[in-house]
Amino acid sequence: MIKEWFKSGSPWVWLNAAAVSTSLILVVGLLLLIAARGLGHFWPADIVEYQYLENGQETVVIGEELEESLLPAQQAKENGYQLLNNAEFLEQRLLKVGNRDLTGMDFRWVQTQYIQQQQYPEELVMIERREWGNFYGRLLAVKENGKIVGQGEQAFQAAQDRLEQALDLFEEIEQLQKSEVGAINYGLERLRLKQRSLELKDQWNAQSEQDFALQRAEYDKQYQTLQQQLADLYQKIRRDSLVVKAANGQQMDIALEKVVRILQPNAMSGVEKTLEYGATFIEFVTAEPREANTEGGIFPAIFGTIMMVMLMAVIVTPFGVIAAVYLREYASQGIVTRMIRIAVNNLAGVPSIVYGVFGLGFFVYILGGNIDQLFYPEAAPAPVFGTPGLMWASLTLALLTLPVVIVSTEEGLARIPKSIREGSLALGATKAETLWRTVLPMASPAMMTGLILAVARAAGEVAPLMLVGVVKLAPTLPLDGNFPFLHLDRKFMHLGFHIYDVGFQSPNVEAARPLVYATSLLLVMVIIGLNMFAIKIRNHLREKYRALEG
Amino acid sequence: MSEVKSSSEEEQFHLPAADSFFQRWRLIKDQWVRYGVVAGGLGVIGAVVLIFFYLLYVVLPLFYAAESAFVDHYEVPGKNLGETAFLAMEEQNEVAVRFTKNGQVIFFKVQDGEVLKTETLAAPEQAEIISYAQGSLNKGVIAFGLSNGQVLVTKHDYKISYPNDVRVITPHLEYPLGEQPLTLDPQGRSLQALAIRVDEDQSTLAAKTADGQVVMSSFIREESLFDDEEGFERTDAVLEAAGDEIDFILLDKDQRNLYLADAAGTLTFVDVGDKGRPVIKHKQQALPLNETITSLEFLNGELSLLVGSSSGTVSQWTLVRDEQNRSGLQMIRSFKVSDSAIAKISAEQRRKGFVAIDDKNLLGIYHSTAERELIKEKIADHAPVALALSPRANAFLVEAADHKIHFWEVDNEHPEVSMSSIWKEVWYESYPKPDYIWQSSSASNDFEPKMSLTPLVFGTLKAAFYAMLVAIPLALMGAIYTAYFMAPSMRQLVKPTIEIMEALPTVILGFLAGLWLAPFVEENLVGIFSLLMIVPLAVIVFAYFWQYAPKQIRHKIPEGWDAAVLVPVIILGACLAFALSGGIEAVFFNGDMRVWMQNEFGIGYDQRNSLVVGLAMGFAVIPTIFSIAEDAIFSVPKHLTTGSLALGATPWQTMVKVVLLTASPGIFSAVMIGFGRAVGETMIVLMATGNTPVMDLSIFQGMRTLSANIAVEMPESEVDSTHYRVLFLAALVLFMFTFVFNTLAELVRQNLRQKYSSL
Repeated sequence: MIKEWFKSGSPWVWLNAAAVSTSLILVVGLLLLIAARGLGHFWPADIVEYQYLENGQETVVIGEELEESLLPAQQAKENGYQLLNNAEFLEQRLLKVGNRDLTGMDFRWVQTQYIQQQQYPEELVMIERREWGNFYGRLLAVKENGKIVGQGEQAFQAAQDRLEQALDLFEEIEQLQKSEVGAINYGLERLRLKQRSLELKDQWNAQSEQDFALQRAEYDKQYQTLQQQLADLYQKIRRDSLVVKAANGQQMDIALEKVVRILQPNAMSGVEKTLEYGATFIEFVTAEPREANTEGGIFPAIFGTIMMVMLMAVIVTPFGVIAAVYLREYASQGIVTRMIRIAVNNLAGVPSIVYGVFGLGFFVYILGGNIDQLFYPEAAPAPVFGTPGLMWASLTLALLTLPVVIVSTEEGLARIPKSIREGSLALGATKAETLWRTVLPMASPAMMTGLILAVARAAGEVAPLMLVGVVKLAPTLPLDGNFPFLHLDRKFMHLGFHIYDVGFQSPNVEAARPLVYATSLLLVMVIIGLNMFAIKIRNHLREKYRALEG
Repeated sequence: MSEVKSSSEEEQFHLPAADSFFQRWRLIKDQWVRYGVVAGGLGVIGAVVLIFFYLLYVVLPLFYAAESAFVDHYEVPGKNLGETAFLAMEEQNEVAVRFTKNGQVIFFKVQDGEVLKTETLAAPEQAEIISYAQGSLNKGVIAFGLSNGQVLVTKHDYKISYPNDVRVITPHLEYPLGEQPLTLDPQGRSLQALAIRVDEDQSTLAAKTADGQVVMSSFIREESLFDDEEGFERTDAVLEAAGDEIDFILLDKDQRNLYLADAAGTLTFVDVGDKGRPVIKHKQQALPLNETITSLEFLNGELSLLVGSSSGTVSQWTLVRDEQNRSGLQMIRSFKVSDSAIAKISAEQRRKGFVAIDDKNLLGIYHSTAERELIKEKIADHAPVALALSPRANAFLVEAADHKIHFWEVDNEHPEVSMSSIWKEVWYESYPKPDYIWQSSSASNDFEPKMSLTPLVFGTLKAAFYAMLVAIPLALMGAIYTAYFMAPSMRQLVKPTIEIMEALPTVILGFLAGLWLAPFVEENLVGIFSLLMIVPLAVIVFAYFWQYAPKQIRHKIPEGWDAAVLVPVIILGACLAFALSGGIEAVFFNGDMRVWMQNEFGIGYDQRNSLVVGLAMGFAVIPTIFSIAEDAIFSVPKHLTTGSLALGATPWQTMVKVVLLTASPGIFSAVMIGFGRAVGETMIVLMATGNTPVMDLSIFQGMRTLSANIAVEMPESEVDSTHYRVLFLAALVLFMFTFVFNTLAELVRQNLRQKYSSL
């Protein structure tokens, strides 16, 4: 019976089916894993307080519970743990206890067997700080210029009000420093370069010296006013501080200028938490990173990725489309097209890191080096384009994604019925006109598909970018208010590299992990979204032409 | 084209006057578009060719032969002052110095031998100079051993200044151990052979006295706490019975190892780590009986000795530890220069290269690690007296017996690399045996770069192999089912999902593999392996009982949706596997499989290992193989399968005997392309392995791949350095590799398409 069943081959069919199911489970599981971990990061978790008795010493532990682990008794003993009451398992909980400035560590494992009491007091606060990570503990009072203005019950409300004001001030300071002071520095640097350029051309004379001195004095004056404004703002923002008490009873002051957010998660309702969740997520997407990228937002990375991808799209589209048009419309199907197809396939198959190496050697050092020599002699020895930067990264990725656009456009061109081209030619249009007026407009959704797929590919690619322009922290965005606004020579940040860098190179990987999951989730969502969109356009296109042919 | 032309002529007929220009303009535009498009199309080939040739262009200089060029020869400067003991050059190849055997120091211009400055060392009146020695080459220290047991120590140094933006190099002498002669042998015996090393804090001198003893003194600088006066703490030692006849003494720069040699070819290694108590550790006959040592020098780094023999060979000896952890001298390679005796050897100061010159003035430049002979030139007709290689190793001076100095320039950028140093086992200094090692750079000049691509290629193939082990079964079986058995409605869901799987950025897969999967696998090692057994078993058992399931249930699942039914089965099977793993581990592996493996088989476990890489990269490769294979199977002409079914074959028989056979070239090309992708993948291996370049087949060990190596080291390598070019070579290897695989796969696919269309 069983033998016969095996002979019929149906177990093999089932096993083949199992392979499909496994692949599907893997994909969906992976996405769920990223989603669960990435989304959890923003939820204001409850803060737990333990009375903890270990080795006869009673302490208080405050923190967020992250995960639990069970260790079989034997293994626990081997690892040097003591077990009370002959328990079968050693249960441990990982807490985020924060207060890195006091205890030196963000995380702590506690053993459930030593927990005497566990509660969630409403007055516990979580303070997100610009330095030293989170603080967990109790808020005692709010001080203004060293005098207490709110205490006990009112302290939290007072802190909230003042925090809002402090955050506004902080933003104002940031704004002044980044854009205004940045513009002055940029202007001064341009003046220096201009002077050097004139010197190199032997056109530097008393007249220009006077002009330049005037301009410098102007910048200097602006700078003085700004400094004054900044000093005022600093004085204002430093007015308030918080008095807090940590789990170990230690009291300390936290200046309000260092605080990003104060929460009493245990006192918050579900709705409040959801609102807070939304606010945190928005901050994550729009804010600058802090603390070596392990906290704060990822805005520069998002911005850098988008800039790079847009530039790449501008470069890759015309080339990809022209190559596809050649293959479909102009070339006679022979040895040359065969070779081009092999070339396209090879471009698609060459490892991305090889593109990085090529980009670094050819674009950066050869092209960039020559551009510097020709157009920016005044900047020497500092390189302008002769160093990895936005432009070279876009060019490298354009080369990398070229096959995607070619293949997709070609498919679109192949689906356009021959009768349409013949009709146009018969009416007297030249081949170029036929192409421009009828064929290309009809193939535009296919080009769009190719472009979207190329963008999705480029957004996720990291290896070549590591060589041609991505950095872990770029001081300035590639697009700003200083002429010429778009700075193609600048280095930039990138979501994919951000994941690699924060996940593997940062000093505090454990603390940064939730942020990496959140970043991954964002990147995956963008890429899947783009792909779904492309697939949708493609399917739509196929239907349309099937109708045309029929 | 012809139709277009005729139609435009016709239009001209109907619409005369102004439009004739317009018509011509249209045709010109048409032509221009044609040229543009053709250029663009051919540009794609151009891009591939450009990448290839650019990589080649960067790599090729590695293999260029070195070149040397004769510049000038001139009379020995200050010829009357005495015979040459040493020649040396400074960094810029502008000034050279000649130390004579009677203690004169003559600085002269390298270009034309014009004497710049002459100094005389203050030797005591009643003593004469018997022996001389050089300190470490890059320090410029020279010592003269006197007949009264004293030593004169001096140092040539150069100051560079830029008056009026012109470089001026001013030579001068310094006295690192004081201007007065040091008494090395208190008994006042004549010093016949001498070695010296001078350091910031410590200096050591060793010499052979006339009656065959070796005396040694070490000076440790002491700074007084109270005033600026400096003093030396001196330790003396005497090594008895070191050998009857010692002709060469060398001391390494750490002042821990002393090497003695006699002309008959015996090398003696003395441990002088304890300055007061030197110990003879090893004696070794370095040459056959009828040959003699004619020259003995250190290679840069002073870890190995270059022994020049009367038969014209230079052999490299280094200290190697044996199994008992005893150090002994061992010859690791030798170079044949000529048939006549080696007269002089001079090592490069920044690389592991050296110059050797024989009696007949035939000069060879070699690189030890690469085992390359780079240059061989006849310099002059007379025997050589002295040889100086410039610190940058781009020029050398040879003084011949006819009192002429010959000045040559050398262009030798990349001697470190040869086919054998890249692909074969190399015996590196201080290693017990030849090995494949990648260890490219270090801060110090003494470091021997170990640039063997073999462990990287090995790591690449190993990673790809494990990835394919995971991907091939899943992808191909999945493709067979999806293309042939699956319901079209489900296929429309599956295909986009797989496409999304392909689009997932590898950086995310790598991040999950490194930070989530690696610890998970470490915890659940047994679970992972039992998964392989339990899940297929569960599927078969479920399938067997499914045919006996009540009809109502079975008919709810439409034909070709079996895969959907299996999803819960597989999840349950996986849960079961992990649930059982604790028990299995307790029963079979004493509770911990990793410890058990270590104890029973000595198999070590790395957290980030090949298994993790295999799983993660397998996941990345599945969609590539799946899509192409599915395409190939799906486009097998329908009349073949219907024919087979009509003749009574079961669907599975049709699948195996007809469909797979026809689609096999397509499946082959799918696997090829998948393999190419696995070979070139960077981020996953970068994040999911420890990136240690070991050569170990074990599934529980990590590796370093070519691509990860490029990603790690490229940003730090100096442009156009040997390291930079070797990394380009790694990229070229990757390029060629994938080029071959992709081209092959594409050709197979093109043929298959033709075959299908003819069927």
